[in-house]
Amino acid sequence: MANWRKFILWFAQEHVDFRVQEFESLVKMFGLQVRLLTEQTMKPFWVVEFRDTDTALQYASRSISLRAMFELYAHSNKLPEFHQRLRNHITANWNTLVEYFRVESSFKIVVETYNKHFSQREKVEKIESMDYLPIEGPVNLKNPQVEWWYIEFWGLNPTAVPAEPEDIMFGRLVAYGQRHLIKELSLKQRKFIGNTSMDAQLSLLMANQAMVRKGDLVFDPFVGSGSLLVSAAKWGGYVLGADIDYMMVHARCRPSRITQKVREKDESIRANLKQYGCADRYMDVVVADFSNPVWDPRISFDSIITDPPYGIREAMEKVEKKISLKANTRSDNMVHYPSTSHYSLQSLYGDLLVFAAKHLKLAGRLVCWLPFHSEDYDPKMLPQHQNLILIANSEQQLTGKTARRLLTYEKCSEYSPTEPFLGSTTQLPTLSQDFRDRYFNNALESRKERRVRKAEVRKQAQVEMNARGKIPSDGRSKKRDLNKARFV
Amino acid sequence: MKLSTYNFLTSMAIKGVKVGFPLKLTINKKEVVESEFNPTFVERMLPKLDWSAVYGAAQVAELTDDIPAVQPENIGENELLMQKLHHLLFEIDVLEGQLECPETGRVFPITDGIPNMLLNEDEV
Repeated sequence: MANWRKFILWFAQEHVDFRVQEFESLVKMFGLQVRLLTEQTMKPFWVVEFRDTDTALQYASRSISLRAMFELYAHSNKLPEFHQRLRNHITANWNTLVEYFRVESSFKIVVETYNKHFSQREKVEKIESMDYLPIEGPVNLKNPQVEWWYIEFWGLNPTAVPAEPEDIMFGRLVAYGQRHLIKELSLKQRKFIGNTSMDAQLSLLMANQAMVRKGDLVFDPFVGSGSLLVSAAKWGGYVLGADIDYMMVHARCRPSRITQKVREKDESIRANLKQYGCADRYMDVVVADFSNPVWDPRISFDSIITDPPYGIREAMEKVEKKISLKANTRSDNMVHYPSTSHYSLQSLYGDLLVFAAKHLKLAGRLVCWLPFHSEDYDPKMLPQHQNLILIANSEQQLTGKTARRLLTYEKCSEYSPTEPFLGSTTQLPTLSQDFRDRYFNNALESRKERRVRKAEVRKQAQVEMNARGKIPSDGRSKKRDLNKARFV
Repeated sequence: MKLSTYNFLTSMAIKGVKVGFPLKLTINKKEVVESEFNPTFVERMLPKLDWSAVYGAAQVAELTDDIPAVQPENIGENELLMQKLHHLLFEIDVLEGQLECPETGRVFPITDGIPNMLLNEDEV
């Protein structure tokens, strides 16, 4: 039986663009019944109505954007009205609320004021303004049975705080989101990382976008150090990866940590999964070239999550036929590493979409990043395929001029090998082979100019520091020495 | 390399190769990695598998006592066979060995448990 309840969702104000899409993905994945009552989704507090409390808890059990969730008692943008509503809510719902106010249940009230600072004294005054609450239990600040939150939202702009709060809310803490996983899976403590390892938060968000469920088969065709497999496996997916880079897949490439001179013997993608208790769900990684088919058409993935190389930190490569092979350079028993050639973004994404159309199950999802130069973004440049629909597309700013978009596609019809490719692999010059070229050669200032400018800023700062009589901490030179020692 | 992965690897990328399946498997060194038996996952994999390659893998891994040569019906109801399939497909890890293309004889080495499916530039 439906027992619709209103909740306050409190989001982290980070990767704001991703939160709506994560919400929609999780709602779809669990098949939740929900009504969104907030229009401004950029605000960190939403009011949402879930079918029942269990439904709300399901959502919280997967969300990375969510800080915490509260059962809403009252909210208003005017203080007197807020207090009146809170009183009314408690009277009207006394039968269900009484258990939280009983003598046996210890409590705590937290005051959260967003975008405006209040002293402890002022916060206590705010709590005391609600002295009409019929609380009978004892205060317990460390380990309360009930936690109520009084929240004031003072806008988003720290330089223009409004005279009155934009929203005042009161609710009972029901659950926290999964943000603790960001720390738990942090790259800082991870056994094996590479130059392009995806940070924990974004890779968890990607796995949510892909709707990875327990027992799913998840594939990453550009696996690298396997950072996307970690989050997929954390949500219960069985993970499979491939990469063209032999040294990377075998964890024999140059270490990415500044403090590390050589790779440790036991570094591997499998070791990462073991570290997080997901070793059972490690399937395999394979050294393979994405531009050449290796997988039997029988295989079908529940989702494909990947971060293809953009050519900035990792090269875009494929094995290609060369015309002039010298006959004497290779004997049959010699180990041979094939030479690779440039794999343009355009053909790489074309191949990726066709691969997804072929190998995803119906309604399975492809989640991938697409880099571009901010100035020439146009939705038309996004790659398309007739068997896939684009359902989400959110941006992350990288440097001043570049950004990347997280694209989520869903397979909507079966692939047919006889049907001609009707999609587009972006014919505009923008998302092109020259992403790398423009990144390095057409920046506003060259890398040398930038280095000189930064050095001057540092020098200036040092002079000012000396003038203030402060002894500079040696963090930077320590780092420099470490870096030097690495190349001895 | 697990034997489930073996069931899906082909050499069809080699120029002139039509099917490239099943690859001829040689195991020089293997390891048993125990993992939790998940009947739902095994059952979901079943329709995707090629049984002749499952049996072929069992032959190389010397587990033919466990795996019948012909795919029996209603495997999902046979808990014992499911567990044996789980063992064969997900617990045996080929550390050193090779995969050989059935049409051209091209050898793909398996080192440290990772198959190298890369082709040379004159083969694609």
